[in-house]
Amino acid sequence: MSKDKTKPRVKVPKSVAAGEAFTVKTLINHKMESGQRKDKETGEKIPRQIINRFEANFNGTQVVAVDLEPAISSNPYFQFSMKISEAGDLNFKWTDDNGSVYETTKSIAIG
Amino acid sequence: MKLTRRKALALGGAAITLTVVPANFALAAPEDAMKALNDFTGGAEATEGGIELTAPEIAENGNTVPIKVSAPGAVRITVFAEKNPLPGVVVFHFGALSAESAISTRIRLAETQNVLAVAEMADGTFVKTSKTVKVTIGGCGG
Repeated sequence: MSKDKTKPRVKVPKSVAAGEAFTVKTLINHKMESGQRKDKETGEKIPRQIINRFEANFNGTQVVAVDLEPAISSNPYFQFSMKISEAGDLNFKWTDDNGSVYETTKSIAIG
Repeated sequence: MKLTRRKALALGGAAITLTVVPANFALAAPEDAMKALNDFTGGAEATEGGIELTAPEIAENGNTVPIKVSAPGAVRITVFAEKNPLPGVVVFHFGALSAESAISTRIRLAETQNVLAVAEMADGTFVKTSKTVKVTIGGCGG
């Protein structure tokens, strides 16, 4: 059984001023097998397996969502900015073609 | 046939061209990107302006090309790569808490081509822009 290497890493400030824009960076380790590569020995196409959806929600409200295609590079990276008016939890979710879901949550304070 | 130097060069040139083009995958035609654009806009026209696409002029590695799209007031932004095996690259959705309708990411480009970004604005209109990115090493084959 191999260790699951699909680890998400996010950079979120611990506290922000209400209403002030701040930057969020997200990364997840994932090969993003495009389905275009051919197995060197068999000549068969290696089947596609990618992260196809990324969502960031704050206290249950969607901030950004992304529909990914195979043309997104390995280890999908997204950087965006957002603003909040109250403290809460920023939840990140990545969905794999195979149904696996990877999540991480960061709390943000106002101050 | 007398193999003149000119003929030998022509034959060699043709052979090199054939070997350089990878037979690994079929490339899309710009019409596929246009069709994908029409699917995104539902047939509506996308005008120029109000959207910015930042991408390198020359991408050394087609496997990871950094881009940023920004369209103030947009609810969705999509990106197409005209000559990739599949033209659709990504669709971004922006909610009420996003500070600006802008996002950075890294994409794969199979070869030198136009990258097209289209935004759907809150009022249902569409804007687009495109940029040519030169790719040194393509990012689709394996």
